[in-house]
Amino acid sequence: MVDVLFYVFAAVALGGGLGVVLARSPVGSLLFMLATLFSVAGIFVLLEAHFLAAIQVMVYAGAIMVLFLFVIMLLNLGHDFRKDFTFGAGMVAAFVVAGVMAGFLARQFRGSGDHPLYAFFPGPEGMDALLAEQGAVGAIAHPLFTDYVVAFELTGILLLMALVGAIAIAKQRV
Amino acid sequence: MHELSPMAFAISSSIKVFLVFSVSLAVVAFMTLTERKVAGFIQDRLGPNRVGPFGLLQPVADGIKNFLKEETMPATANRPFFIMAPMLAIIPAVVTFAVIPFAAPLPTPWGVVGMVVADIPIGILYVLALSSLGVYGLFLAGWASNNKYALLGGVRSSSQMVSYEVALGLSLIPVFMLAGNVTLTEIVWQQQLLGMWYLFPLSLAFIFFVISAFAETNRLPFDLPEAESELVTGYHTEYSAMKFSMFMIAEFSHILTASALMATLFLGGWSIPFWSGDHMFWYQGMLISGFGADGAPVAAAPALWITLLTLLSFIVKTLFFILVFMWVRWTLPRFRYDQVMHLGWKVMLPIALAYVMIIAATILVLDQVGIEGFLFGAVLTLVSLLCTGIFVFAVDRDRIISGSTREPAPPAPRSPVPSGAGVRRVLPAGSPASGDL
Repeated sequence: MVDVLFYVFAAVALGGGLGVVLARSPVGSLLFMLATLFSVAGIFVLLEAHFLAAIQVMVYAGAIMVLFLFVIMLLNLGHDFRKDFTFGAGMVAAFVVAGVMAGFLARQFRGSGDHPLYAFFPGPEGMDALLAEQGAVGAIAHPLFTDYVVAFELTGILLLMALVGAIAIAKQRV
Repeated sequence: MHELSPMAFAISSSIKVFLVFSVSLAVVAFMTLTERKVAGFIQDRLGPNRVGPFGLLQPVADGIKNFLKEETMPATANRPFFIMAPMLAIIPAVVTFAVIPFAAPLPTPWGVVGMVVADIPIGILYVLALSSLGVYGLFLAGWASNNKYALLGGVRSSSQMVSYEVALGLSLIPVFMLAGNVTLTEIVWQQQLLGMWYLFPLSLAFIFFVISAFAETNRLPFDLPEAESELVTGYHTEYSAMKFSMFMIAEFSHILTASALMATLFLGGWSIPFWSGDHMFWYQGMLISGFGADGAPVAAAPALWITLLTLLSFIVKTLFFILVFMWVRWTLPRFRYDQVMHLGWKVMLPIALAYVMIIAATILVLDQVGIEGFLFGAVLTLVSLLCTGIFVFAVDRDRIISGSTREPAPPAPRSPVPSGAGVRRVLPAGSPASGDL
């Protein structure tokens, strides 16, 4: 059952990813991206990572993609985007990024190299005990707000800086 | 009392899915009638009373009418998105009820069945995640119709829902802090343990949740997306027949879910006040009714009559909030768009953030001092009451508290000399309001 669901979600995620690239209209691309994000959330649920799945849908599908929708529908009406995708520097960059990603994936599949985060993974039984004790949210919140609290706060400040910077840049154009 | 076998779990879950889905859709159908009856009552008329006794078959007549009407398709509409939009609107609306517990666990010969469709560990985050997807249906409907009124309605609905999601999430954080978990079954259990509905210790969070829920469901005074005096009917202007009906079903399902959530989060859910016989919670694979003096869990005794009584309690609380939704609709006028944005971003967001900090600090102090039980709730109630008082006083702007008692300011007298740079104002002699300038 879980296997079947995994293949369904994986197929939808891959199909959605292809759709993002191949769709004619930007809104179509966005909806395909939504399908991909949703399927990845489904795979998270199959992995018992409920919190991650909820956050994936809430933040990416529910908030960020809505902003994309705003930008596509309101700021870019009538703009012919196709000339942005001609061969050139962008295409070269795309191939470089794809190559780097493939390299990362190959490293993961070969199993070589150390996985720093695996040191903290308590194993399936330990995971079940952790979930029963702290709940799905607590299991993520405890390390986030104890061991990694400095990194967490710094990330928050970084995002705030990006936000302030974006507003400062946008203000000049008005 | 043991848990269910996998087979019994599958069968009981299927039955629950079927029952909850059909009952909630039936309730939604009758909410359309209730809305019109409440409107009639408030406007001193009868409301629908022609179809069936007391007009009770009116929803059936409406349903048949909607099935038989012509499906229109605007010539310039974007066909696939136009058809997809009602589906995207209705699916998140009807599946969110799945995590809300509606009664105490029911004992059966095959084990104890929890009265919730899916008691998933993320509880209310599931509701937040899915309701945030409701935006797409409305926005796509507005955009795909290729109609300026529909597009404006779609833009308004999505910007409003995105804005108020922030305040909604922040108003839930105090609840999470007090309950210690996000599952709705545990939130109900913690309210039973505290012996107090969260309405009292978290009154300001409750007010913010209600305001945000009105905005999220696009109900008056937040119904700008379908403001009929400006935008025809907003995002569903071009829709007819069942497609239009699906938007209505989605809106009313949202109201039903929001009412059930308010009842569960702030009014103790299915628990019955002043009675400990219905205290039940799954604790380490065992259904318990509380903890003994030595801290050991005490087994609960579920019964059919307890389940039915708690179900009644849940229904009464939910129906109360549904009535509040309708009552407000026929009482308050619509906000202006800038007022909606001002309230969401500049009033509710900072105050909700400050309130989270105040509640967190209070809980921390109470934990350090070692205060528990009823006194814990009482102190939090006092703190929240203070915050609520300050909030109401600040946003009230003399309208409710002292609005009718204060004399209106006299009109400023006209100066005979045109005022300008370097010209000293000369007041007419004996002007009654000269001291005010």
